[in-house]
Amino acid sequence: MTPALFRVAARERDTVDTWTLTLEAVDGPGPVIGPGQFMMVYVFGIGEVPISVSGPPGEPGPVVLTVRSVGAVSGAICASEPGAVLGLRGPFGTSWPVAAAAGGDMVVVAGGIGLAPLRPIVLHALANRDAYERVTVVYGARTPEDRLYVDEIERWREKIAVDVTVDAAGTEWGGPVGFVAKLVSRADIRPELATAFVCGPEIMMSTSIDALVARGVAPERVHVSMERHMDCGVGLCGHCQLGPTLICRDGPVYAYPTISRWMEVREL
Amino acid sequence: MEGIESLLAEVPVFAGLGASALETIAGCGKNVHFEAGAVLFREGDAADTFYVVRHGSVAVETFIPARGPMMIETIESGEVIGWSWLFEPYRWHFDARALTVVRATAFDGACLRGKCEADPALGYALMSRFAQVLIERLQWTRLRLLDLYGDGNRS
Repeated sequence: MTPALFRVAARERDTVDTWTLTLEAVDGPGPVIGPGQFMMVYVFGIGEVPISVSGPPGEPGPVVLTVRSVGAVSGAICASEPGAVLGLRGPFGTSWPVAAAAGGDMVVVAGGIGLAPLRPIVLHALANRDAYERVTVVYGARTPEDRLYVDEIERWREKIAVDVTVDAAGTEWGGPVGFVAKLVSRADIRPELATAFVCGPEIMMSTSIDALVARGVAPERVHVSMERHMDCGVGLCGHCQLGPTLICRDGPVYAYPTISRWMEVREL
Repeated sequence: MEGIESLLAEVPVFAGLGASALETIAGCGKNVHFEAGAVLFREGDAADTFYVVRHGSVAVETFIPARGPMMIETIESGEVIGWSWLFEPYRWHFDARALTVVRATAFDGACLRGKCEADPALGYALMSRFAQVLIERLQWTRLRLLDLYGDGNRS
């Protein structure tokens, strides 16, 4: 439960309110992190928040976090200059089951900042391209200016298909404008071979999953990353309870059929 | 006309219509081509046509004073663009501009309205299909109105 010290090695601005930080452990090589896991990030004197890891999975090394500044703590993380020291606990939670897609098609569906927790499996697929047949990323952002990893996505396109849509745009934007679920309904995927990984606002996830299932993707081959308020990160405080499950401990990544009924309960 | 009929059979909005209905609809259509940047229709103009996009991408746009033109939605191959021909006052509510080279089938709205009035079964079948597309777009537009990506703090 005691945070380990990490120093900000690099900070890169993604959008007007989102930054990607690379953090190096002050002592040791850094943790091994599974794709989709999160860290509890402590800004000394301000507070602690859960942040999904957006860097490559599987090897000890720096921790990469893409953080949107929406509050006091996340704002302080984004404002941390290289050399600043933050406290990290983790990694916590379950990982995207990338092995489930091996030998078949991988479909990644992201909405907004939800691309950040999915980036590790995209990086994994790029590094292990032969392990998968088609890899398709479908990404919805608010506007063209709110897109994450813009230059990097162009490099992804050399190896995998990436479809990007935005909710609104000026006429200088040459790409699709529309809700991400529409793009899902039209994406060039093979439903019978697809394993899907979905992350974003819950309504975006449920509508996108509806579109996937309508196309014939088996629900049990759809995986989601859930979000609720988290405090402890280790299943003690209960703040992130969703039905019978604690998201910090049993999630955040779930097979869709195991969590879908609880996503529909408004009181949760 | 036979060429248009076979093209229509592959368009989702017309899926399930019989050969006779497709032949009737095709009688109001002609194939058209737009260069990138060309305007298909402009807000306020008479709405007498709708398009089935067969290839390319079309932007639905509006002009916001002091902000300029904004893209509201894009329509891709296999989709229909243009609904204002269905209802009075038959005026376009938005602009439509080709983002790429566009190949489409243009349908004469008055021609098709006349055929629907003469054949209520065809009219019902068409209206049901158009309503389904409109509802789907309405639902997705409602979700965009929520500005889902504009809030939240976990990354």
